[in-house]
Amino acid sequence: MLRTGIALLATVGLVASLAACSEGGRVKEPEREAGTAGDNSGYTIAMVTHETPGDSFWDIVRAGAEQAAQNAGIELKYSNDPDAGKQATLIQNAVDSKVDGIATTLVTPEALAGPVKSAADAGIPIVGLNAGIEDYQRLGADMYFGSDETRAGEAAGERLASEGAQHPLCVIHQAGSVSLEARCAGVAKGVPATENLQVNGADDAAVTATLQAKLAQDPSIDYIVSLGAPIAADAIKAKDASGSSAKLVTFDLNQEAAQAIQDGEIEFSIDQQPYMQGFMAITSLYLAVKNGNDLGGGEAVLTGPSFVDSENIEQILPFVQNGTR
Amino acid sequence: MTSTQEDLVSSTPGLDGYLSRRLFARPEIGATAAAVVILIFFLLAAPAFRSGDSFLTVLYQSSTIGIVAIGVGLLMIGGEFDLSAGVIVTTAGLANSMFCWWFGIDLWVGALLSLALCLLIGFVNGYLVMRTGIPSFLITLGTFFVLQGANLGITKAVTGSVTSPDISQMDGYGRLGNVFSSSFEIGGVTVWGTVIWWLAFAALAVWVLQRTRTGNWVFAVGGGQDSARAVGVPVVRTKIGLFMTVSFLGWFVGMHTLYRFNTLQAGNGVGNEFLYIIAAVVGGTLLTGGYGNVIGVAIGAFIFGMTSLGIVYAGWDPNWFKAFLGVMLLLAVLVNLYVKSLADSSRRGLL
Repeated sequence: MLRTGIALLATVGLVASLAACSEGGRVKEPEREAGTAGDNSGYTIAMVTHETPGDSFWDIVRAGAEQAAQNAGIELKYSNDPDAGKQATLIQNAVDSKVDGIATTLVTPEALAGPVKSAADAGIPIVGLNAGIEDYQRLGADMYFGSDETRAGEAAGERLASEGAQHPLCVIHQAGSVSLEARCAGVAKGVPATENLQVNGADDAAVTATLQAKLAQDPSIDYIVSLGAPIAADAIKAKDASGSSAKLVTFDLNQEAAQAIQDGEIEFSIDQQPYMQGFMAITSLYLAVKNGNDLGGGEAVLTGPSFVDSENIEQILPFVQNGTR
Repeated sequence: MTSTQEDLVSSTPGLDGYLSRRLFARPEIGATAAAVVILIFFLLAAPAFRSGDSFLTVLYQSSTIGIVAIGVGLLMIGGEFDLSAGVIVTTAGLANSMFCWWFGIDLWVGALLSLALCLLIGFVNGYLVMRTGIPSFLITLGTFFVLQGANLGITKAVTGSVTSPDISQMDGYGRLGNVFSSSFEIGGVTVWGTVIWWLAFAALAVWVLQRTRTGNWVFAVGGGQDSARAVGVPVVRTKIGLFMTVSFLGWFVGMHTLYRFNTLQAGNGVGNEFLYIIAAVVGGTLLTGGYGNVIGVAIGAFIFGMTSLGIVYAGWDPNWFKAFLGVMLLLAVLVNLYVKSLADSSRRGLL
């Protein structure tokens, strides 16, 4: 068996060395000079999110936070856990290690109330981002950057209604997610005949097959509303396979979705600008510590909904490809 | 002893009873009955279900679960578990796409390297289980976490994001797409290649399991490892081979997912390992090993495909799907238990 293994590896190595270079691979970037930082403040700021590992959305939030940290010479400590109890522990860890500021998502306000209060008691400025717009003030956070999911859903619903949508299908790719349900509820305010569909977001083939089944079951569906950019790609496959003429809109952006908007396969995207959420959370903490500022006077600062469609995709596409939008 | 046997033989009913008992002794009988009931149920309840297109969509859904489930079923007959079977699918696709993207080489090379990697993972799973004697549940739980973390960590390090790069412009994409994710039209309905592959893999596995010496070894190591070793069955080789079969089939589905969707989310595939096990158990495979067959596993995957999509075709709230799946699993296990007790008594009666 060992000999077979060696032979196999040798064959693979031989094939590898013979293979010609392929198009479409990595574009090798020139080495960038390390930029001179705007400030060298030396602050330490902790960022805690409920990111489920593997969700491309958080890459962008984090890219924004890291850029802001670099600009201001901040040491950024990022940690995440989708489990509410564990996220609470992470916030408490940050308080215990006496950081200069904490940025955290507040998706499960009640579970996080304790450590957020202990941060406030310890005099550590704390900023909410992405989720928790209803609760951040009550919990004692100083500022909030994010979008209002219900509001974003309503904006999408209004736009769908104005385009003449009769029967949109809202695709929920994560069971029991409050923010996804809120988006669909918002869409349904604009177009009351909106129907929700639950799919298994961790399996592209299953998403495609389920959507295909739904489109076959109900030919009156004229719009598909995907709540995440990767799901939009599956929806395009399902539309092609079932020959449905339904139009597709999505929440959030990634490279494929941006490309599909340019190609006319997706009508528009409702972008909550995650880069800005990360960037502004860190920058506002920096300003709060350095200069005692509070942006928006403590009122929530909305980073969305921002519509991306055929009108402005040319301008936005390069930023998406850069991983910052 | 002799007299008891004679008593049992003499108490064996006539030919009709003999046939029905032989039928009940087959592992897939419970699943077949369930599949027929579910099929009729959805044909009645869901008008959209009654079309060739819908049926083939169901078969497609079944095939993406069913291909790996064949391997998992064989492994379970051999008395072991593989919890890493869900994420290895994603590992396979990621390895292929990112290796080729990073080095800018033909996708064929990456596909072969990815195959070698998957077989190696299967080998390591099997080797560790056999070498340490630790239950495969624990070993593969470890591999599951390792792969899940490595999928995310390596993807993030290579691409700077948690999705793999788009490979649709790279060399070899078209031909590999033909192999792994082609579809063709028959009589106006679209048939996905994976369905054909699924049936082919199942047929091959049926043949190996029922007609070859290797198949006997699989039953033997699952029924009792020590007694199998005592009669000269190469236990270590058989079990490692089974783990590698699972990872090979995982690789195959990984290739399909990659060449159909071009990019992969690094966190995907988690949770599917249980769907494979469910398909195998619903299909009559015993968790304790030594009993089951591949036709049953294929029917188990078909039941999964039918229920997951049938609920959608019927226009019901799919939030309930998991609850339905759980009930079905419990029923299948009860039926299997009952059938096994019948089979045991008939086997004793036919000595």
